[in-house]
Amino acid sequence: MTGLPAPSQRKLGLVIDLDTCVGCHACAVACKQWNAGGIAGPLTDENPYGAEPFGVWFNRVHSYEVAGLGTRDPGLRRQDAGANGEAGPKGGAQERSVLGKAQAESAVPMTVHFPRSCLHCETPACVTVCPTGASYKRASDGIVLVDEDKCIGCKLCSWACPYGAREYSAVEGVMKKCTLCVDRIYNEQLDETERVPACVQACPTRARHFGDLGDPDSDVSKLVVERNGRDLLPELGYKPTNKYLPPRPRRAGATTDATPVTPSSAGESLDANQLPPVLRWLDRVLSR
Amino acid sequence: MNPAFSVILFTTLSGAGYGLWFWWVLDAFSLGMARIGPERWFAWLLAAAVGGVLVTVGLLSSVFHLGKPARAWRAFSQWRTSWLSREGVASLLAYAAFVACFAGLYFGRSDLAMGASITLAVIALATVCCTAMIYACLKTVPAWRQPLVLPGYLLLALHTGGLVHVALFVLAGVQPALSAQSLAILATTSLACAWVKEGYWHAIDRIELPSRAAATALEGFGDVTPFERPHTEANYLTREMGFVVARKHSRKLRLFVLLLLTIVPLLALLASALLHGAAVFALPLAALAALAGAFVERWLFFAEAKHVVMVYY
Amino acid sequence: MSEPKLDLSPSPSDEVKTTTCYMCACRCGIKVWLKDGSIRYIQGNPAHPVNKGVLCAKGSAGIMQHYSPARLSRPLLRVGERGKGEFREIDWEEALSIATAWLKPIRERNPDELAFFTGRDQSQALTGWWAQQFGTINYAAHGGFCSVNMAAGGLYTLGGSFWEFGEPDWEHARYLMLWGVAEDHDSNPIKLGLGKLKARGAKIVSVNPIRSGYGAVADEWIGIRPGTDGLFAFALIHELLRTDRIDLDYLVRYTNAHHLVIDDPGAADDGMIARDGEGRALCWDRLGSSPSPGEREGVMDRADSATPPQPSPSEEGEGAENQAYRHALGVVAEGAFVDADAPGISPAVVGEYTLPDGRRARPVFHLLAQRYLDPQYSPDAVAARCGIPADTIRRIAGELAQAAFDSGLTLPIAWTDTHGRRHEEMIGRPVAMHAMRGIAAHSNGFHTCRALHLLQLLLGAVDAPGSFRYQPPYPRPIPPANRPGKARRADGTLDAGPLGYVHGPEDLLVDANGAPRRIDHAFSWAYPLAAHGMMHATIRNAWAGDPQRIDTLMMFMANMSWNSAMNTAETMCMLTDKDARGQYKIPRIIYADAYASEMVAYADLVLPDTTYLERFDAISLLDRPISDADCAADAIRHPIFDSATQPDADGRPRDVRGFQSVLLDLGARLQLPGMVDAADAPAYRDYADYMVRHQRAPGVGLLAGWRGAEGTLEGKGPPNPKQLEAYIAHGGFWHAPIPESARYYKMANRDYLAWSQQMGFIGKAEPVVLQIYSETLQKFRLAARGHGPVQPPERERARVEQYFDPLPIWYAPFEGEQVEEQPVESSLSSAGKARGERAAECTNAYMSSAASPATPPDGDRGRFPLSAITQRPMFMYHAWGSQNAWLRQIATRNYLYVHPDTAARYDIADGDMVNVDSHNGRITVQARCVGNVQPDTVWTWNAIGKRRGAWRLAADAPEGRQGFLLNHLIGDRTPKGDYVNADPVTGQAAWFDLRVRIERAAVHDEISSQPQFPTISVGNVSPDPLRYGAAFRKR
Ligand SMILES: Nc1nc2c(c(=O)[nH]1)N[C@H]1C(S)=C(S)[C@@H](COP(=O)(O)OP(=O)(O)OC[C@H]3O[C@@H](n4cnc5c(=O)[nH]c(N)nc54)[C@H](O)[C@@H]3O)O[C@H]1N2
Ligand SMILES: Nc1nc2c(c(=O)[nH]1)N[C@H]1C(S)=C(S)[C@@H](COP(=O)(O)OP(=O)(O)OC[C@H]3O[C@@H](n4cnc5c(=O)[nH]c(N)nc54)[C@H](O)[C@@H]3O)O[C@H]1N2
Ligand code: SF4
Ligand code: SF4
Ligand code: SF4
Ligand code: SF4
Ligand code: SF4
Ligand SMILES: [Mo]
Repeated sequence: MTGLPAPSQRKLGLVIDLDTCVGCHACAVACKQWNAGGIAGPLTDENPYGAEPFGVWFNRVHSYEVAGLGTRDPGLRRQDAGANGEAGPKGGAQERSVLGKAQAESAVPMTVHFPRSCLHCETPACVTVCPTGASYKRASDGIVLVDEDKCIGCKLCSWACPYGAREYSAVEGVMKKCTLCVDRIYNEQLDETERVPACVQACPTRARHFGDLGDPDSDVSKLVVERNGRDLLPELGYKPTNKYLPPRPRRAGATTDATPVTPSSAGESLDANQLPPVLRWLDRVLSR
Repeated sequence: MNPAFSVILFTTLSGAGYGLWFWWVLDAFSLGMARIGPERWFAWLLAAAVGGVLVTVGLLSSVFHLGKPARAWRAFSQWRTSWLSREGVASLLAYAAFVACFAGLYFGRSDLAMGASITLAVIALATVCCTAMIYACLKTVPAWRQPLVLPGYLLLALHTGGLVHVALFVLAGVQPALSAQSLAILATTSLACAWVKEGYWHAIDRIELPSRAAATALEGFGDVTPFERPHTEANYLTREMGFVVARKHSRKLRLFVLLLLTIVPLLALLASALLHGAAVFALPLAALAALAGAFVERWLFFAEAKHVVMVYY
Repeated sequence: MSEPKLDLSPSPSDEVKTTTCYMCACRCGIKVWLKDGSIRYIQGNPAHPVNKGVLCAKGSAGIMQHYSPARLSRPLLRVGERGKGEFREIDWEEALSIATAWLKPIRERNPDELAFFTGRDQSQALTGWWAQQFGTINYAAHGGFCSVNMAAGGLYTLGGSFWEFGEPDWEHARYLMLWGVAEDHDSNPIKLGLGKLKARGAKIVSVNPIRSGYGAVADEWIGIRPGTDGLFAFALIHELLRTDRIDLDYLVRYTNAHHLVIDDPGAADDGMIARDGEGRALCWDRLGSSPSPGEREGVMDRADSATPPQPSPSEEGEGAENQAYRHALGVVAEGAFVDADAPGISPAVVGEYTLPDGRRARPVFHLLAQRYLDPQYSPDAVAARCGIPADTIRRIAGELAQAAFDSGLTLPIAWTDTHGRRHEEMIGRPVAMHAMRGIAAHSNGFHTCRALHLLQLLLGAVDAPGSFRYQPPYPRPIPPANRPGKARRADGTLDAGPLGYVHGPEDLLVDANGAPRRIDHAFSWAYPLAAHGMMHATIRNAWAGDPQRIDTLMMFMANMSWNSAMNTAETMCMLTDKDARGQYKIPRIIYADAYASEMVAYADLVLPDTTYLERFDAISLLDRPISDADCAADAIRHPIFDSATQPDADGRPRDVRGFQSVLLDLGARLQLPGMVDAADAPAYRDYADYMVRHQRAPGVGLLAGWRGAEGTLEGKGPPNPKQLEAYIAHGGFWHAPIPESARYYKMANRDYLAWSQQMGFIGKAEPVVLQIYSETLQKFRLAARGHGPVQPPERERARVEQYFDPLPIWYAPFEGEQVEEQPVESSLSSAGKARGERAAECTNAYMSSAASPATPPDGDRGRFPLSAITQRPMFMYHAWGSQNAWLRQIATRNYLYVHPDTAARYDIADGDMVNVDSHNGRITVQARCVGNVQPDTVWTWNAIGKRRGAWRLAADAPEGRQGFLLNHLIGDRTPKGDYVNADPVTGQAAWFDLRVRIERAAVHDEISSQPQFPTISVGNVSPDPLRYGAAFRKR
C-alpha cells in the first residue's frame, strides 16, 4: 500500500501566508486540541508538568530573522552606535551624514514567522519507505495519513520527511502526523462553514487557507498564482501540495509619494522668513 | 541523527553475521561440502551458529527498537517500495536458506545443501545491501545518500564477518580452508575499509544542507537565521534528528575507527602470518577490534549525518 | 491497494455550549464541545462580535486550563509561617466565618483598614460597588500598573481611548501606526484587523524597539528607543504643522483648538479657557464682524461688545511676533467673540485677542503651533535621541498626511451633526493609530499618549472613516462624570465608587495637609489622576503604614508576590515582615485565586475560585466592555460544569466557589447595605442573581440585553428574571449594532449621541468637545501656583507645576535620568535611605545588589546604558499560562534577547549567562543574540519565569530554574526613592523605564538563573504522560 496512488485530481492542502502570520501559535494549539481527541489522538505529552515537557504536535511555529540585504552594512552599525549616546538635539546632522536614506531603508531586516506542518506531498518518501503500509496517501484527495493500527513505530518515515512533519510518540509506540483534519473537513456533523482544518479555523489573522490545490480555479490556487506561492525545498522532489506565500516586499521607503509636502497654504502674503510661522494660519477662513 | 544504540548494534552485528555466513559458505564451498572432514565439523558448525547468533541478536535488537514489536511481521509486506521491508524479507529468506542448507545435509541432499548455501551467501550480502539502502535512499539525509554508503556497508560486513570467521577457526583449533588466502583477503578488506571510509568522510565533509531560505520559502530575502524555535525545550525532531557530534570529537573518533578497523587487524594478520602461534590470540583480537571499529563507525555514521529538517532549527 | 476505512464524520460531541473565553481578558466567544462529560474541543464562536470564530493559542488550550493540576480544591487556612505555603484545608463555612470575623470589626472601626485590590478580573462593577458598600476608599483594580496612562490619556483628551475602548477602522484604514503594541487586550480583534489590512494592502508601521509579532508583519519597523515616542510624535506634529498638512476644519469642529486661552500670568484663571457668563467657551469668529443679537444662533450676548484683536502690548521692545501681528492685523480686522460651539462661525485659530475684560487670550491652536513648531521638535533635533533618522520622520509625516488627506475616501452615508446639519457623506481620514503599553508603561506615558491623540486630531483622524474609532459606550464627557468617592455616608458606605476621574484638585483624596489618604496614594498630589488606583504601591505602603496601618489586605486574581509586583524580592519580604511584637506588619491577607500561584503562599486565608467554565460572570458595559466600533456588546460566562463534578488532579472532589458569589455572601454576612434585604437576609442568592436583579441606577444593571419583564428592552429597562436564559440561548452575548448613520464622528453625531443616551451610556446627548488643551490639567497647575482652596503641599508644587502642562510635553523617563544623575557609589545607599531601610534583611538574601564598578564599563554611555523591557508572548497569559501543559511547551523558559552588536560590545556570545544590573539589584540569566531589537534595548518575554514549585510545576521545571522575571530589577520606587516608579500624573507603573547594564557572568556549568527563592511546596503532580483525548478515540 505504500506505493503511491496515481496523482489525484483533488489535492487538498493549505496555503500559508507568511506576510500575515504574526506567529501567535494559535494554529499549533488548535491543532493540538482538535487532534488530541480526533482520529490521530492522543497527542501524548510526556512530563507535562516537569523539567522536560515533550509532547506530540502536528504543527509548530518557528520564527526567523531575515537579514535585510545590507544589514551588515557598517553604515547602519555606525548609526546605531551614533544614536546611542545621548547626543541630544544636535545629533541628527551627524547621524544623517553617516546614514543615507536609501542605505538605511534597504538595510531593514525582517522577522518572519513560519508555521510548519505536513505538506501532503505529491511524491512523499515518507510513504514509500514505510515497511508496513501504515503510511499512505489517499487516492481521492491526496491526504497523507498514518494508519496507527498497522504502524510498528520504526520511525523510518519521519527520517524520510524533509519537513519534520512526523511525530513519533514513544508512549503510544506509533507514528503520528497532521491529518489535514480529515475528520473535520468531511464531517457532516459539523456546520458546513466549520468543515475546515482546526488550524485554519482558529488562525486569528486568517493567514491560513484551505482548499483544493488541484483545481486551478479554487480560491487557494488563485491565491498561489497571485502571490507567487512557493514550494519548500522543491529540489528534493517531494512536490509538496501546501504552498507558502512569501512576505510582500516591505514598504519602508517610498511607496507613497513621500516627497516632503510643500506648504499648501502658507499664506503667500506672509514672508515666512520674517513671520513667526504660527501666523500663517491667521487668514485662514475655517468653517464650523 | 540520533545514534540509537539498538540500531547501531543491529547493523553492526547483523552485518558481521551476514558477512560471516558469506565466508562460511565460501569456505565450505571452496572445499566442497563432502570434504568437510570430521576434524573441521566443529569449527564449521561453530561459524554457522555464531553467524546465526549475530544475525539474530541484531535482528532482535532492531525489533525491540520498534514502538510495536508485536506487529513486526507487518514489515514484510511492503517490499515493493520499502528497503526496510525488503531487508526484512531478505533476512527471512536468509534464514530459510540457512535452514535449507542444513536440511540438505541432514537428508544427505548435498546438491540441495550446495544450492542453499550459495543462495545464503547471495542473500546474506543482499540483506546487507538492503540495510544500506534504507539509509542510502533517504534524500533527507545527504550524508547517507552517498555512493560509498552501500560499498561501505558491504565491505564492513565482509571485513568483520571474515575476521570473526578466521578467529573462530583458530579458536576451534583448525585452519580455515582458505587459510593463506583468507589472511590476504582480510588484509585487503582492512585496507579497503580505510579507503572507503576515508572516501566517505571526505565526501560528507563537503556536503551542504539546503539553505534555510529554500526551506522557508524565503529565498531572495536575505540570510535566514532562527530567532525562536517552536518550543524552547526538545521535541521529537530535535532529539531524533538534531544529534550533532562536535567536529573535534568526530575527528578523533574517525581515527579510532581506522585504528580498530584497519590498523589493529592488519597488525594482527601480520603477526599471525609471521609468528607461529600468534594467530590464536591475534585473530580473535582482530575480530573484536573490527567489531568495535564497526560499532564506532556506525555510531559516527548516524551522529555525523545531518537531517535536512534541522535547517529549520 | 486498499485504504483503511476512516470514520470521517465522527460525532465531535454530545453537546455544544457557548460561553465566553477567559484564558485572557479579550473575552472571545467560544463553543465548548462536550463528550462523555469532558471537553472534547473549544472553538471560536463564529457568531461572536469579538472574535468572529477565530481563537488564539491560549483559548485553544482552555482544556488544559480547566483540568489544570494547579487548580485549588478547597479553602485554605495558613498554619505555618506566611510565605511557606503551609495550609490546613477548611470548609466554606469556616472560611467565611473567619473572613467575617476579620472584616466586621474593621467595618465598624474604620472601613479604610480593609485594602481590597483586585487584579485581572473584569468584575469591577461588582468589586468596586462592594468596596463602596463596605466603605473603604482603599480599593482598586489592577489598571494602575497596567495601562491607566492609555485610559486616562484618552479619556481626558478624547473621551475615549486606545486600550480596549477604541479600535482602528479595520475596514477602511489605509495606514496604520502601531505604537508600542505587542498584544493588547484586543488580541483577536487586532489580529483579525491586521489580516484585513494586509489583504487590502494597507501600510502598517510598527513603532517599537522590538520587531516581533505585529512588528514582524508591519511594512515598516521603526525601532525607536524606549521612552522617546513623545518626541517622535512631536517631530511628526512639527512636520505636519510646518508643511501645513493638518485638518483645521476638523479641529475647529470637534476639538477645542479654537478656544481662547486666557493669558494672564498670576491670575487664578491664567491658562483657563475664556468663557461667557454661562460658562460657554469663547472663540474669535472672523466672520462675526457685527453680529446683531440673535442674528446667528448660539452667539452669546457679549459677543457684540467684542473688540478686534489687538497687538500684544510689548513690554521690552517689539519682538518679531508682534510686528507680525501688526502686519497681519490688516488682514483680520473684524470679528467677534462667540460661543466656540456655535455653528456657522469661522473661528480664528491663531492670533492674540483682547477679551471684553481687557485680558489677552490666544486660541489653543496658536499655543500648540507655537510650541511644536519650535526647532527643538524638528526631526533633526529629535532623531538621535529617538534613534530614528530625521529623513524617516519627515517621510512618515508626509505619508501620514498623504494617507489622511489625499485618499479621497468618503463613505456615502448621510449623517447629522449635533447642530442638526445634515452631511451627505462621511469624509474619511484613513490613518489609524493604536497604542498600548509601550507608551503607557513609562513615567512620561500620560503625556505621550496625549501627544499621539494630538497627532491624530491634527490629521482629523479620530472617529472619521479609516481612522481610530470609538467603541460604545465611548465617547463620554471629558473627563468622565464619575469622581472617586471621598466620604462615608451615615450607613458606612462611600459616597461614590472608590475609583473615578478627578475633575480638579477638590476631588483629590488628600488630608488637610495635602498628604495622601489612600493606602496606594492614588489621587494624591503625587499622582492626582490615578484613575485606576495604584496597586503597585499598595504592599509597600501597607507594610510601612503609610498613610495608615491597614488590618486586612484582600486581593483577588493578582499575583502580587511575583509577576505583577515591581521589586519582587523586597515585596515578598514586606509580605512576611514582622514588627517588634512579632506581628506581621500587614496583619492579614485574604486572597482569592483559582490556581496555586506564587501569591497563594502569602495568604492567611485562601478562597479558591472556580475555573472559567464553572461560574457565572458578567462582561458588563459598566466595566470593560467588549463592544466594537459598530456595536455595543456585553456577554456572560455561565457554568458549563458544576465544579463539584470536576475533581482535582488527585481525583478528589473540589469544593470551590465563584469569588463574586463569595463576595456577595460575605457582604450579606457583614450586613453591608445593598447586600441584605429589609429582613437582613442576603439580598442576592448568588452572583447570577445579582447580575439579573441588581440595578446601579433605575433600569441600569450589569447586563444591557433582554431587559424588561418581557426581555424586549435594550440598554435600560427593569430587570428580567429570564435574562440569563436569553443570553445563554443567544450564545452568551448580546450586541446592539449602532445605526449606520451613527457610526462615525460619534463625538458630534446626533444619531449616535441619541442612541448612546437611549442605551444609558451617557446622561445627556451633548457633543463631546475633544480636548487638545486640557483645562483639567491646568487646574492642577494653578493650584500649584497657589490658587484655589485645595493646593499641593510645598514639596509637591514644582512637580505638579511641571507635569500638569495643559498641552502634551515630553520629558526623559525618570529612571534613565536619575540613575545617571547620581554619583556611582551612592546610588543604592541613598536610594535606600530615602525609602527607609529595605524591607527586612531578607531582601538581601535573594538579591545581590548591582555591583558598582569604579569605572562605568560603558564610559560615556552612562552606568546603565541599556533599556530593558518585556513583551507579552501571544501564547501565554501572564503567570497563568505556565500551568497549562500545552502552552508551557511553547516557552518553558525565557532568554534575555540582546542585539548582536551590543553583545559583541560586551563580549557576550549567544547562550552565555549574563549578569544584568539595575539600580535595584542584579539578576543572572541566559542571553540570546537576536537582531530584531533596537541595539540599546534588551528584552525578554513577560512572566515566563516562575518561582520554583508554584503552579504545581516540578521544582526543577525550566520555568523556575532557567526562566526569570525582569521584575526583580524594576524598582517600585524611582532610583532617588522619593516617588513610586510611576507616571507623575496618573501613577501608572513605569515598568519600561528600566535601565540596566550587562556583563558576561562567570561561566556556569549548569544554566540556572538568579535569584532563586525557596521552593514553594504545594504538592507534586504525577510525572505520568498526559494522554488527553485518548478516551474519545474509539478503537
Ligand atoms: N516586568 C513586567 N511586569 C509586569 C508587566 C510587564 O509588562 N512587565 N505587566 C504588568 C501588567 S500590565 C499586568 S496587568 C500584570 C498582570 O499580573 P497579574 O495581575 O498578577 O496577572 P496573572 O499573573 O496572570 O494572574 C493573576 C492571578 O489570577 C489567577 N487567576 C487566573 N484565573 C483565575 C480565576 O478564574 N479566578 C481567580 N480568582 N483567579 C484566577 C492566577 O492564578 C494568578 O495568580 O503584570 C504586570 N507585570
Ligand atoms: N497573550 C497575552 N495577551 C495579553 C496579555 C498577556 O499576558 N498575554 N496581557 C494583557 C494585559 S494585562 C495587557 S496590559 C495588555 C498589554 O498589551 P501590550 O501593551 O500590547 O503588551 P506589552 O507586551 O506590554 O507590549 C508593550 C510593547 O511596547 C513595546 N515597547 C516598550 N517600550 C516602548 C517604547 O518606549 N516605545 C514603543 N513605541 N514601544 C515600546 C514593547 O516592545 C512591546 O512590544 O496585553 C493583554 N493581552
Ligand atoms: S510533509 Fe513529510 S510527512 Fe507530509 S507528506 Fe510530505 S514527506 Fe510526508
Ligand atoms: S513508523 Fe509506522 S508509519 Fe512510519 S514507516 Fe514505520 S511503520 Fe510506517
Ligand atoms: S490541518 Fe489539522 S492536523 Fe494538520 S496542522 Fe492543521 S489542524 Fe493540524
Ligand atoms: S494561527 Fe495564523 S497567525 Fe498564528 S501562527 Fe498560525 S498561521 Fe500564524
Ligand atoms: S484572545 Fe484568546 S485567550 Fe483571550 S479571550 Fe480570546 S480566545 Fe480567549
Ligand atoms: Mo495589564
